[in-house]
Amino acid sequence: MDFAFTPDQQELRDAARSFLAERYPAERVAELAESDAGWDPGSWRELAELGWLGVTISEERGGAGLGSVEQAILFEELGRALYPGPYFSTVALALPALGPEEQARVAAGEARWSAEVDGLVPDLALVERVVTDQGAAPAEGETLETTDSTRRLGRLAPGARDPLPGSVDRARAFTALAAEAVGIAGRVLEWAIEHARTREQFGRPIGVYQAISHPLADTYVEAELARSLAYWAAWSLDEDAAQAPVAAAAAKSFAAEAAVAACERSIQVHGGIGFTWEHPLHRYYKRAQWIESFGGFPAAQRAEVAAALLD
Amino acid sequence: MRLTDTPEEAAFRAEVRAWLAANIPTELARGHPREDVEAARAWSRKLGEAGYAGLTWPEEFGGGGAPYSHQAIFLEEAARAGAPQHLGVIGLGMAGPTIIAHGSDEQKGRYLSRILSAEEIWCQGFSEPGAGSDLASVRTRADRRDGHFVVNGQKVWSSFAHIADWCLLITRSDSESQLHSGLTYLLVDMHAPGVEVRPLRQITGEAEFNEIFFTDVQVPVENVIGDVGQGWSVAMTTLLHERGTLGFALTGALENAVQKLIALARERGVRDPGLRERIAREWIELQALKLTNYRSLATLVQTGIPGPEGSGAKLWWSEANQRLTKLALELLGPEAQLAGESEWQHLQLRSRGNTIEAGTSEILRNIVAERVLGLPRSR
Repeated sequence: MDFAFTPDQQELRDAARSFLAERYPAERVAELAESDAGWDPGSWRELAELGWLGVTISEERGGAGLGSVEQAILFEELGRALYPGPYFSTVALALPALGPEEQARVAAGEARWSAEVDGLVPDLALVERVVTDQGAAPAEGETLETTDSTRRLGRLAPGARDPLPGSVDRARAFTALAAEAVGIAGRVLEWAIEHARTREQFGRPIGVYQAISHPLADTYVEAELARSLAYWAAWSLDEDAAQAPVAAAAAKSFAAEAAVAACERSIQVHGGIGFTWEHPLHRYYKRAQWIESFGGFPAAQRAEVAAALLD
Repeated sequence: MRLTDTPEEAAFRAEVRAWLAANIPTELARGHPREDVEAARAWSRKLGEAGYAGLTWPEEFGGGGAPYSHQAIFLEEAARAGAPQHLGVIGLGMAGPTIIAHGSDEQKGRYLSRILSAEEIWCQGFSEPGAGSDLASVRTRADRRDGHFVVNGQKVWSSFAHIADWCLLITRSDSESQLHSGLTYLLVDMHAPGVEVRPLRQITGEAEFNEIFFTDVQVPVENVIGDVGQGWSVAMTTLLHERGTLGFALTGALENAVQKLIALARERGVRDPGLRERIAREWIELQALKLTNYRSLATLVQTGIPGPEGSGAKLWWSEANQRLTKLALELLGPEAQLAGESEWQHLQLRSRGNTIEAGTSEILRNIVAERVLGLPRSR
């Protein structure tokens, strides 16, 4: 039993965090979120060069040949930075459904994909092709106004579908979302701590008041429990296929709720400034709620877990 | 990252499981051993003889010198098998580690082996009627006279005091001092004249805890642990061990309760989606707690100090146990009120103590806020 990250995994996290902090500071994300495109298409080439588009693809097909834990580390860091772009759609939703040649094209940054889930397609306008239950479709349809403007949803136009070797792997999608949610919870907690340490009222930093500090302590504990579940789910994808669907459902339900609660507490601790458009918190809150809703709200995942336990 | 046992860990787990299956006494009820002390003592002695007491203690003090992972495995398996508690939990988890850290060679020689063999049982004399969460306001006095201290005062919420041979006692040795200074940590013979123990009946009707009254109790100066006046830092070692070794025992017990809850739900054929979802939530939270213990353990193995991520384990566990036991009552329906029908009513009432004992949830949140998050101190 060894639930620790290896030095290589730690290095991957550090590299990802510094790259994202440099390229995607909160102001840049805000600018992209409010732009028509919603992202920086030039970033795709960079992600390909970093090897992030084919983390779990074998090296002979142009991937990095790493595991799902490394993939989850990247999702956590991308969530933390609120990276806008079709990374989740391409890598978590579509990639497992594609054949070897197409996976190699994705890893090389030559193809962007998404998938249709519950009739909705994330990042429809940012990708070329879409995985559906009936096969592959061209990414043609309508992009809908979405509360989280960094991950807009669309609806596919009807039309012909080409056969595909696989379909959406919900365990992989849920694990990715759980890891993103952990990144979100960690980031908004940091902002809340910073604010509670420096903002003074009644002559003292507000963090001395337990009405402020105790909800933040709870947020920390929940975020760490969520992190444990997210990496357990990621580990299970590679090492324990039978456990993976339940682990992923458990992780997604818990982490999404932890992230939403973390955002809500952070907004509350920030007071009025937390409620403004200017502060980045609202974008994290909207992403957390996006994650919570995608593929079914947490109650639906707990129903899956209950079926595994009780039936 | 490896979230299963290594071959060596798996072998140890199999050995523990087989030993427990063959040795758990059937006549001894799980839980608190007020009823049958002799049977509990015999069981504890057996654990010591098999080498399962003090697994991680250094070999020079009679311990197993085993890695922390073995302690975790033992606690998990003992809980899973429904093994009764070792009578010396305070000796093993608090007195022993405190003596190893701060004791003299004579003290180590005198006390440690008798803790492992369950020959001597320990209790803890920290809380007082006026010093609960605010431990530094202790008023029990230890006045130096010739070659001994004279102890006068009252301690409360002391588990095992009614059968204990020794007490870990925090006293105020300097009557002019305040708060953390002027405290002295004593090892007190519970059979000495002037020590009186009275049981405290609790919400469940049982009496796990006691009050201890000290009237002119003479304690030799060689029973001071650490230095006179430096008792606070010694007490912090004791509490660190109380909270540090707790996680796996807690999740082991919770795992048992979750399995029983699931068995109850299956037996009743629960179809209500709301109830099913809440059962799933308890199972998910159990996994999260267990996994977080493993993360904290990995940090402990690497650095010698448990990871900060584990600091919320007791906090979350206590509330999870309260939710879970209430959910079980809901599954039972109105007959849950029939006290003789199941153990759930007892477990539910007992769970109210979980957010109070071994650090109230309020104190634990303060600790997380101040020591982990770096928020300013509230006091």
